[in-house]
Amino acid sequence: MIDYGELAISVLICLGAFFLFVGSFGLAKLPDLMRRLHGPTKATTLGVGSMLIASMLFFILERGIVSIQELLITTFLFLTAPVTAQMISKAHILRDKTDRKNLSPTGRDVGWSVIDSPKPKEAD
Amino acid sequence: MIAIACMIGFVAISAAMLLCLYRVLVGPDMPTRVLALDTLTINAIALVVLAGIYWGTELYFEAALLFAMVGFLTTVAYCKYMLRGNVME
Repeated sequence: MIDYGELAISVLICLGAFFLFVGSFGLAKLPDLMRRLHGPTKATTLGVGSMLIASMLFFILERGIVSIQELLITTFLFLTAPVTAQMISKAHILRDKTDRKNLSPTGRDVGWSVIDSPKPKEAD
Repeated sequence: MIAIACMIGFVAISAAMLLCLYRVLVGPDMPTRVLALDTLTINAIALVVLAGIYWGTELYFEAALLFAMVGFLTTVAYCKYMLRGNVME
């Protein structure tokens, strides 16, 4: 007789560990920062998310305690992960001068939002 | 079964943290190092939660919550420093 709750907790732990490892492996392997951002931002939220679901299931099924802290951690991480990714990529755009030449033109009378000024260019 | 899964998780997360540490040490520019530190913090949160499952105590969730908050604050402070050359203006 298999204990399905225990099986679900184990599968969620292994899934979370796999996603965390894949995220860090992508961070170590991919060639430049804009591609390195993909690994951690997507995989680690999935990894930590399934790890916290496993923890909630463990404390509900094995101990009979409903704990709220996991929901707090999940909410906080899911709110802050996009903010950090956006700030890191913004810092990268502002610091890296060589990538700016490769940007395609916007096709409008204002340039790219972070680099150029928000006011439209004066018509000559 | 849960103990074996926890052991697999410990090994995988430790390997992930070593990869992040490699990126912190080697990483060619400063935003890459900040990204690697942020990923290291997220891996540490997962490790603390997994330790809470393994030893069956609820005491570790406060540590994980503190890690989440302090990690976010340090990343934002580093990004602010890189963008403006200053943290508090």
